[in-house]
Amino acid sequence: MNRLAWILLLAAGLAAPFAVYPVFMMKLLCFALFALAFNLLLGYTGLLSFGHAAFFGGAAYVTGHLVKHAGLTPELGILSGTLFAAALGWVVGSLAIRRQGIYFAMVTLALAQIVYFLALKLPFTGGEDGLQGIPRGFLFGVIDLQRHYAVAGKSLGLNLYYFVFALFCLGFWIVHRTIHSPFGQVLKAIRENEARALSLGYRVERFKLIAFVISSALAGMAGATKSIVFQLASLTDVSWHTSGEVVLMTLLGGVGTVLGPVAGAFTVVTLQSELSFVGPWITVIIGGIFVVCVLVFRRGFVGELGRILKRAL
Amino acid sequence: MSFQAVMSQVMLGLNNGVFYAMLSLGLAVIFGLLNIVNFVHGALYMLGAYVALLGFTRLGPLVGLPDYQMNFWVALVAAPLVVGALGMAIERTMLRRIRKFDHLYGLLLTFGLALILQGVFTNYFNVSGDPYEGKPEIFNGAVNLGFMFFPKYRIFAILASLAVCFATWFVIERTKLGSYLRAGTENPELVKAFGVNVPLMITLTYGFGVGLAALAGVLAAPIYSVSPVMGSEMIITVFAVVVIGGMGSIMGSIVTGLLLGMVEGFTKVVYAPASSTVIFLIMVIVLLVKPAGLFGKEA
Repeated sequence: MNRLAWILLLAAGLAAPFAVYPVFMMKLLCFALFALAFNLLLGYTGLLSFGHAAFFGGAAYVTGHLVKHAGLTPELGILSGTLFAAALGWVVGSLAIRRQGIYFAMVTLALAQIVYFLALKLPFTGGEDGLQGIPRGFLFGVIDLQRHYAVAGKSLGLNLYYFVFALFCLGFWIVHRTIHSPFGQVLKAIRENEARALSLGYRVERFKLIAFVISSALAGMAGATKSIVFQLASLTDVSWHTSGEVVLMTLLGGVGTVLGPVAGAFTVVTLQSELSFVGPWITVIIGGIFVVCVLVFRRGFVGELGRILKRAL
Repeated sequence: MSFQAVMSQVMLGLNNGVFYAMLSLGLAVIFGLLNIVNFVHGALYMLGAYVALLGFTRLGPLVGLPDYQMNFWVALVAAPLVVGALGMAIERTMLRRIRKFDHLYGLLLTFGLALILQGVFTNYFNVSGDPYEGKPEIFNGAVNLGFMFFPKYRIFAILASLAVCFATWFVIERTKLGSYLRAGTENPELVKAFGVNVPLMITLTYGFGVGLAALAGVLAAPIYSVSPVMGSEMIITVFAVVVIGGMGSIMGSIVTGLLLGMVEGFTKVVYAPASSTVIFLIMVIVLLVKPAGLFGKEA
């Protein structure tokens, strides 16, 4: 992608809250970051984690608790959540990379289930209700994230939006740098042929683990940010449905493309809100999209677009 | 912690264990031949239970025979047939088309199917579940096992499941038909060259595997309440069972399933809050000590 395209995307992100309801836009950004983090594993390392909700939701709980009860400022809260997710990712990753392929997916799913049970049972998580009323607080102790501005007759929470957008850009930049670094090239080599990468002298296990930790930390950052935006950390955030949703976002947008997860997350989140009138049928629709995607649309939106334009997006 | 308390929980655990065994057995058979981790297995287990439930409560009025209630024994045959047929249709129309792609796609496709099935049932039925009232009268009451009174039906469920598991093991490991299956697992191309209709064998195997899941569902219906989420709770545990046992061995999946059910029951006596996670914790230990799984052959 050339510089002009990046500048246009950045401008669109900056202008978005004036066109789209900011809270909805922030939800999109949180899930887009989550999917970007996930795609670093599936798309660039070839590892299918079916337990990424553990990092997303786990960080949401940790951030929520620290901000609400220990009085941390939002940026420190999010940092704590991210570090927690990284540590959890190190533990889960170390265990999961001991098995290959399809077993890897099952191990991550089962380990994430432990986190789910903990979130249900631990005293500070609020059980079925989750953690509610997490304060948004003051960024760096000075900038009021609750503050709304009157723009063209609408009241917009711009402080919070630009904070979330900055975090998203940071996450995007980290993913982009990782993919395009020599480290990222090794990850791709592992994805293409693990035995060959090993025989070339790369310590495959270590590369996989580092990729896993980066991915879980960023997934945690997404979840932590979400808990500040919605002032809520709930069981849904750590459930296997959420793990499945992030897989779908990545698949729909295009596995192994830079912009695919963002497009996929935007599509899935928009569908969920536009189709909220169908109630529980949304699960059926999501399942149907999954099936169609796997059967006929494995490249995803961005993958197909890239094929038409004959360039990597 | 009395001996009686321990034994009764272990027996109840064994009851869960036979269902784990039956489901992980089906997963292993399917994985062996199709190289697919069948995520929809749990949903088809649930579907089996619903065939029994709806056959008992709704089928009669639906077909104009208001007094007809599908007998438990009929359900025991009908559910595996219905679900097996559905499975074969899924294999023919969908799974077959993605065989040549990375087997992660098989997991994702069947995950989507599981969401569809669970979603449909969540729309029509209560998530907290409905009881199945069709338990045959001969199973009323309990048997004195010396250390406890154990419900007759549970004894039947355990024995019936064990019989099915070992029959499956016998067919696969000791008969001509099973030898085709095992050969197909090793090298499908070569088996095809010998004139065996491998695509048909794959379809039937998939139908059989999910039929087992449906049978487990019917057997479970009188014990647990029948709910749309019973399958998703089950499948995640069964995945852990499969990781612990490894999918390489039929007997391995049966034994692992039974043992883990009993361990889970035992944990209920020792430290109840851990009973829902103990299988996952055992999985962690196995991954640390013997990463290929207890019966695994993985390099």
